[in-house]
Amino acid sequence: MTPALRFRGITKSFFGVKVLQEVSFVVPGGQTVGIVGENGAGKSTLMNILGGNLQPDDGEMEFDGQRYAPASPGDARRAGIAFVHQELNLFGNLAIAENLFLGGFPWRARWLPWIHRRRIHERARQWLAEVNLPHAPDTLVERLSAGERQLVEIAKALAGDARLIILDEPTTSLTAVEAERLFAILGRLRQRGISLIYISHSLGDVLRLCDQVVVLRDGAVVAQAPARELTVERIVAWMVGREISQLFPPRTGQPTDRVLLDVAGVTQPGVVKRVSFQLRAGEILGLSGLMGAGRSELARILFGLDPCAAGDVRLGGESLRGQPPRERIRRGLALVTEDRRWDGLCAEATIGDNLTLVALPNLTRSPLAWVDRAAAGQAVQRIREAVRLTPAARDEQPVKTLSGGNQQKVVLAKWLLNEPQVFILDEPTRGIDVGARYEIYRLIQELAARGAGVLMISSEIEELIGLCDRILVMRRGEIRDCIEPAAFDRERILRAALHEEVGV
Amino acid sequence: MLSEYLVAWLCLAYFVALAPFAPGFASLDNLRTILAYLLPILVVSVGLTLVLILGGIDLSVTSMIALASVVGGKIMSGEEGWLAGHALAVPVGIVAMLGTGVLLGAVNGLAVTVGRIPAFIATLTTMMFVSGLAIWVTLSRKIGGLPDGFLVLGQRLWVAVGIAGGAAWVAHAGLSRTLYGKWLYAIGHNVRAARVSGVPVGWVTFGTYVVSGGFAGLAAILFTAVLETGNPEMARDNLLDVVGAVVIGGTSLYGGKGTIVGTVFGVLFLALVDNSLNLLGLSFYSIMMVKGGVILAAALVDTTRNRWRGGAR
Repeated sequence: MTPALRFRGITKSFFGVKVLQEVSFVVPGGQTVGIVGENGAGKSTLMNILGGNLQPDDGEMEFDGQRYAPASPGDARRAGIAFVHQELNLFGNLAIAENLFLGGFPWRARWLPWIHRRRIHERARQWLAEVNLPHAPDTLVERLSAGERQLVEIAKALAGDARLIILDEPTTSLTAVEAERLFAILGRLRQRGISLIYISHSLGDVLRLCDQVVVLRDGAVVAQAPARELTVERIVAWMVGREISQLFPPRTGQPTDRVLLDVAGVTQPGVVKRVSFQLRAGEILGLSGLMGAGRSELARILFGLDPCAAGDVRLGGESLRGQPPRERIRRGLALVTEDRRWDGLCAEATIGDNLTLVALPNLTRSPLAWVDRAAAGQAVQRIREAVRLTPAARDEQPVKTLSGGNQQKVVLAKWLLNEPQVFILDEPTRGIDVGARYEIYRLIQELAARGAGVLMISSEIEELIGLCDRILVMRRGEIRDCIEPAAFDRERILRAALHEEVGV
Repeated sequence: MLSEYLVAWLCLAYFVALAPFAPGFASLDNLRTILAYLLPILVVSVGLTLVLILGGIDLSVTSMIALASVVGGKIMSGEEGWLAGHALAVPVGIVAMLGTGVLLGAVNGLAVTVGRIPAFIATLTTMMFVSGLAIWVTLSRKIGGLPDGFLVLGQRLWVAVGIAGGAAWVAHAGLSRTLYGKWLYAIGHNVRAARVSGVPVGWVTFGTYVVSGGFAGLAAILFTAVLETGNPEMARDNLLDVVGAVVIGGTSLYGGKGTIVGTVFGVLFLALVDNSLNLLGLSFYSIMMVKGGVILAAALVDTTRNRWRGGAR
């Protein structure tokens, strides 16, 4: 079989810094190749070159036996290369069919620029069937779940006659069930002879799906091997350039008996139902469940951001009923939200301003009093060291210039400055590479070791098993299982999370 | 949009370039005229800067100036004022003018926070209502005969400079040194993150509209003293000057960015343009066209610079 895509010596520098150094590898026709590497390893740059957004300084590409040098994304599309992006490129306000044919609507006649609606719908229906999406073509995309949108993206690639599809972190926003469905579709694409490039931090998925794995580090290919010969540990060692003996740092503390957070019968119609649990000092309590099971919603209710119809939340014995977030923060609650950019950080603001946002009221007598800049500066220095934020970043630098891992450290640090007793962490390692993840885990363990209670929401079951003292499983707004460490088991958690949804 | 010092240099360059051509542009008398015209605009622009940093907009500021001016006239005027000739006429008038701005600012603040009405619509409605009210109350007449004790504010330039400068300094210090300022920028950058972080978003928003109204009231005092009448159409044509000056001074319409220093230079720059073109004999309408062009150019320079910076990242 002729190789479908060949990279030969691709080199690219930005302002004298080499981000890609002589990258060469082959994506054989009809195969799935996984590309893994830490953030900043050069994956995105390489994909931008493949997609025609960037031009390489040196080296060349060959696609289907011909020299391939795209000058624009249009060239890539015409060559049959399609991208399914991390941030989806769909228009929520348009129907599925319209999204599929945005690249070129079929006209009624060549001389009449009048869109042929019926033909669009017929063809859209055909492509939707191809990706197993049972929706009418005139459904608005904004009504679809994240997983369904992903499938629309793939249908769009198919509609554009793609022969090579690049999937960039496709499972980040998918539930376990949706991810399974996506994997099944990817299998069908392979049967059709379509080559896939699969980029993900989720190494287990990469090993499962791919024929070959290419590991990038510091802009160079450090390894390429058939997936069946590899293990996650092996790949991680290549990615970080050293052996990481464990994915999770060793546990230092022990949970105590003192109850910090007492949640009793919290109910909000349509969101959560009779949720009760206790979080003890020094404990890391996992909260598992599918997306939409009500985990993030529960976190927002506990924090006072969303209303709560019935039930009570007690922090250190005192009821938090009716208190606004500000008061709950004052009493020692902290919330690291699911999406840093949405409501975790002020991305345009400086690192220093983000770090002090929560704790600043402690350093000032009233909102109109002078902020003690010296004290604030010292606090920032102290907390930067405590979370080991990259020393290369200055306090005056916008927080958006940091890597995902360092941004997450800023979020954790801004809460740490307030010395909270209870942390609610919602997907604290989302979009963070392996090395930085280890550091976040270590920070979480340090919190618990110092006597804080941590409620950790995560969609990654391995992470919960590796880190937590107990795991709660939510399904449809209710807590369905509470699992002790002796019984930690991927399957049991999944079963409790899925239950009646199995087979969907 | 532009860095504050770039605008400062622009002011200087413009002044030097135009001085030889515009008759009397650089004369002391003319500079005093520029300053007297600029001070009320500066005060109201400072208030608007705060609202824009918050990520809001206040279209009603110039209409508040008109109503406050009428209120002041109705109270203080020796001809038709309620307190004509009374010893307390001036202090009561001044308090009432400030109060008018604060009250209307509170209405805007409530509409935006409790009513959850988009700021654009809330303040547009206020603008229409208040402009109409000012004209209706006076039957479109100007109110003369203001007491000397009040007109001093306009005649003694240093008094007005002190008031406007003090107001700008208070806003500057509040923005850069207090918790309120940090909260304001945080809300402007990302209101959701601010809420999660315990920032009292509702109170800060409400307070900022009140402050903006108060600054409009203060601007009305200076304006009325300079023009020596309570005028229901006062500042009618200045809304875009005010917004333009703030934006030229580097404040983002999307919130989170801006400084008082920048606004000071933005106001100065537009005032210089306005005055010099007047001296060159251009009509009101052609001056408006030129000012529009200046604001557009500022926007273009800003986006270009951002693109360079974006590339360098």
